[in-house]
Amino acid sequence: MLTFYLNQNKIATSLHHGTVLLDFVRRESRLPGTKEGCREGDCGACTVLLGEIADEEIKYRAVNSCLLPIGSLAGKHVVTIEGLNLRENTLLQNAFVDEHASQCGFCTPGFILSLTDFLLNNPTLNFEEAILAVAGNICRCTGYESIKRAIKLLLTEVESRIELSLDKRVPELVRTGQLPEYFNTIPQKLARLEFDVEPENPGKIVAGGTDLFVQQADKLLKQPLQFIDDGQQSREIYRENDQCIVGASATMEEVRKTPVFREILPEIDTYSKLIASKPIRERATLAGNIVNASPIADFVILLLALEAKLILQIGSASRTVDLHNFYLGYKKLDLQEDEHIHNISIPIPNPGFKFNFEKVSRRTHLDIASVNTAAFFAVEENKITDARISAGGVAPIPLLLKNTNAFLQDKIIDPAIVESAMKIAAEEISPISDVRGSAEYKRRLLQQFIFAHFHTQFPELIGAEVLA
Amino acid sequence: MKNKDTNLHVRGESCFVDDFPCPAGVLHAAVKSSAIAHGTIKRIQIQNAEKLPGVKRILCAPDIPGENQIGSIIQDEQLLADHEVHFIGQPIAIVVAETAEIAREAVELISIAYKEKPAVVDARIAAKNGQLIAPPRTFSCGDTDLAWAQCETISSGSTETGGQEHLYLETQGAFASLKEDGGLQLISSTQGPTAVQRIAARVLDLPMHKIEVDVLRLGGGFGGKEDQATPWAVMAGLAAICVRRPVKLILRRHEDMIMTGKRHPYSSDFKIGLTQDGKILAYEATYYQNAGAAADLSTAILERTLFHASNSYYIPNVKATALSCRTNLPPNTAFRGFGGPQAMFVIESAIVAAAEKMGVDASSIQEKNLLKDGDELPYGQIMAACRIKPCWQHNTERFNWHEKQRDVQEFNQKNKLVKKGFACMPVTFGISFTNTSLNQAGALVHVYNDGSVSVSTGAVEMGQGVNAKLRTVAARTLGVNPESVRIDSTNTGRVANTSPTAASSGADLNGHATRIACEQIRQRLIEFAAATLKTESENITFENSRILVSGRENDLTWNSLVDSAYWARVSLSAQAHYATPKIHFDKSKEKGHPFAYYSFGTAAVIARLDCIRGTFIIESVDIVHDLGTSLAPKVDLGQVEGALVQGIGWMAMEDVVFSENGQLLANTLSTYKIPDIYFAPEKIQTHFLENAAHPAGLFHSKAIGEPPFMYGIGAWLAIRNAMKAFRPQAEIPFTAPFTPERVLMALYPK
Repeated sequence: MLTFYLNQNKIATSLHHGTVLLDFVRRESRLPGTKEGCREGDCGACTVLLGEIADEEIKYRAVNSCLLPIGSLAGKHVVTIEGLNLRENTLLQNAFVDEHASQCGFCTPGFILSLTDFLLNNPTLNFEEAILAVAGNICRCTGYESIKRAIKLLLTEVESRIELSLDKRVPELVRTGQLPEYFNTIPQKLARLEFDVEPENPGKIVAGGTDLFVQQADKLLKQPLQFIDDGQQSREIYRENDQCIVGASATMEEVRKTPVFREILPEIDTYSKLIASKPIRERATLAGNIVNASPIADFVILLLALEAKLILQIGSASRTVDLHNFYLGYKKLDLQEDEHIHNISIPIPNPGFKFNFEKVSRRTHLDIASVNTAAFFAVEENKITDARISAGGVAPIPLLLKNTNAFLQDKIIDPAIVESAMKIAAEEISPISDVRGSAEYKRRLLQQFIFAHFHTQFPELIGAEVLA
Repeated sequence: MKNKDTNLHVRGESCFVDDFPCPAGVLHAAVKSSAIAHGTIKRIQIQNAEKLPGVKRILCAPDIPGENQIGSIIQDEQLLADHEVHFIGQPIAIVVAETAEIAREAVELISIAYKEKPAVVDARIAAKNGQLIAPPRTFSCGDTDLAWAQCETISSGSTETGGQEHLYLETQGAFASLKEDGGLQLISSTQGPTAVQRIAARVLDLPMHKIEVDVLRLGGGFGGKEDQATPWAVMAGLAAICVRRPVKLILRRHEDMIMTGKRHPYSSDFKIGLTQDGKILAYEATYYQNAGAAADLSTAILERTLFHASNSYYIPNVKATALSCRTNLPPNTAFRGFGGPQAMFVIESAIVAAAEKMGVDASSIQEKNLLKDGDELPYGQIMAACRIKPCWQHNTERFNWHEKQRDVQEFNQKNKLVKKGFACMPVTFGISFTNTSLNQAGALVHVYNDGSVSVSTGAVEMGQGVNAKLRTVAARTLGVNPESVRIDSTNTGRVANTSPTAASSGADLNGHATRIACEQIRQRLIEFAAATLKTESENITFENSRILVSGRENDLTWNSLVDSAYWARVSLSAQAHYATPKIHFDKSKEKGHPFAYYSFGTAAVIARLDCIRGTFIIESVDIVHDLGTSLAPKVDLGQVEGALVQGIGWMAMEDVVFSENGQLLANTLSTYKIPDIYFAPEKIQTHFLENAAHPAGLFHSKAIGEPPFMYGIGAWLAIRNAMKAFRPQAEIPFTAPFTPERVLMALYPK
């Protein structure tokens, strides 16, 4: 039996663990407030809160229930819109009513859940962070302007009425009538919850599932699954000598928040906004992004430029492979049957390096890139001592631009060098025309990005004239 | 006034089709559709699908008891293809099973053998082949042939506007259950309950009175559920009748995207002629509308394209010809603006082309040619109560265009790789169904003897706030507290023969009918109160659920009056019908007075362009819009903002991509992108034109749903101006939408 809490009710179910939570709450639990909009994490209408105990504290995060298999829920707390309702509307709900921030209403519960995550978790409750919290929620009616007004109203109301120190948000929100009282009892209930630890089974490994359940949800319902997202150990991110080690089930958001990773990529918050949406990043793992082998995987592009290595395991045997050697061809990996990623190892570069990430997609946020690229530069007095530029969407695999990088080695940065690098990059790629852009466009875009890498990192050396 | 529905939405308590509790024994249906764009069906093999445990029945064309025909204007579309298929996604069979998953699995097990024929996806090629839905139509006035000679500048060119997926967040769906005497109840997510009822009756061979269609609300419609909600409801009904069980049919997103039609892509040619001082003397346009595989509403949409050929401008010599071209795409259908946006993009492009040739700013030509009272439009209607100039004037002053334009220029001088563009967009949009007959509505109002009021009309609530407006109308007319008025579901049993909720007219038409019904009840109650209180009827007024005699309060309350009236056998119910007066149109002459009135407004847009990456942001949109005296200002504001962003989506993001063989490539939300909160303009300021009471309107109000959509064209114009600021010599085709790809490739030609 799989046991977890859904709102204030204990659930014990023997349904297939690959059943997605959206179907479970709507059909089994008859809670229709969670809506199905796309079943691929692209609209946010099915957003719920997922609560779990970490460091003796319960942490909630908004996730897409359409991509969340119930097998990941053992011992956790799921909150749907029904589980947020009190007799009177909360400040958040009233802000939406007062500003008419809901028209047809189909997307509204998702917005309410995402903003509840914002109230529960954000150290500073400001407008920009609130917008970021709903960046994965699509509304077709309002044009978002009334939602922005509702958020502003909410922030004013919250500021005047609620004491929001970060360490005890749940009881404070309960005390002020913004969350139902049962929330206070959940941690004890979860602690008492007995759930069978699933025996190690040879099923398909599921980590975050954010891509698996887009591509093959129906197929996954017919095979044994092995959920690895709960192993606390495999979620660890830590420093080991001059390496940052990322466990196989660490999520993108967990990685983003870890100090050692932020030391490597101080601008990760900026890049992260361009990668999926927060609810997806809360579930998606780096290892999943790597084995999924999409030629356009955003995090892989970052990791390639950072010279990441993979520690692969099969039984007790392990080996290390450079990430850029891991991809053998389109969706073809240097990975044996039964072998899996154990850790990702990212070298911590010497201080003073330059790094830049570029991505253009049809829509800037929550979209798949037409082309993406990252650049790592070590420079001494305008001379490039190390260049690692990676690019996605330009080849069957996420690519390290070997020729470009080799060309740049030991060069003094000037406009002519950049122009040459743009040409070399365009020659070493093999983009195809598809729904994300024509081959010709992708080639042009990568050249623009090469310019952008230099222009943003070395503005005093590389001005606008290169493009004129 | 707060919108009652919103209170349910924020609590997740509002009910959509898929949310109704299912009765015991419910079955689920899924649809097998064509895998090819054009050809004949050689063989349908259903044996493997039938064998799947849980499958109850598989239905094909021969199972249809009535006529296999769902076309509304022109009867050219089958519910289930029996022999020929005309687009990828055309329904062929329905699987009915214990669960939706089993039904979908069985759909995959149906195998169909086709004989393929060549597919046509391009409107101009279809026109060349003579594949037209109906004969071409031409609207004209003056004589363009003579006028060219007097023109100082003549520009001509071509334009392309893409399709647009409606992307109502709630996908198409319906729930069917049987009634005792062979009748059906259909709960449908439709803008046109009567359309569902009429077509279901035709296909199922039942009289209309045996079919009850009930609509509580829609999770968005935008035109996509005007005609195209029908097939799914009819299929659910067919399945329920065939298996004698209740049946639910809900499309998944990718099924919805593949099987349903979208906004019509248009390919157009224009020629425009101006005098030296920028007066437009002559304008010719030819529109090739990509109708898809069946007529659907295409001919009506084509007609509105012709009505809006000259947008907000007076042009003495016009010749506009439109062709509805039959292709092998899903039948394209109504979408906010209904052909108007496509026409306006062409005239605005023509003005830009002329302005560039003349070396002037397009906005100077726009301003110089704005309509005024007494101007005759190409279809014969004389402009009256024209407010386009006040909207323009007010916008320039209130939002200080001169300063904005100067700021943009200064910004562009300072910045080399980021450029801004400023553009204006006036909109004049005719209000009424262009098919005069549809301009009618009905209402049924009950006052229960506890004083509570129930209103039923033909209007469907889909987020546009029509229920909030109807509640205001009933409360104001009866003089009761709005809290005591409930707007009931839209039900063909209560209000019959309704027009779809479309053409921005839902509140106008149904509101007038509600007003008339409420007036009847009020009059009866006034007379009864006068008799009870022994005074003259003229002295009695109702206000806020109180009864006033000569303006003074009285012991009598609304509730006690209603109760007494009941016991005195006064009728507390009324039915009313409303038909828009004075409108007419003669298709044989293409002249008449098709619109009850016009909606006016202007938008000023600033776009900011990243010239390295080809990406852009809409920085600000300033709007002055005329909506008469609003019945519900916050509802109307939401319509303006929502339509604007949808319009910008159409012009600058949303790209419906089909392959050459008619396959929809952007068929999921991961490939078809619509505006998110970051893409929406950084700043939208909307001002409603003041002192703008519209005497003939419903409580002096005006319609609002569609007109602001066309402000989105202003975003396209602004982006183009920013591109020109970076590369003055860039050749930028008049092609929408702008995508980062189109922008970058125009900025950096080979």
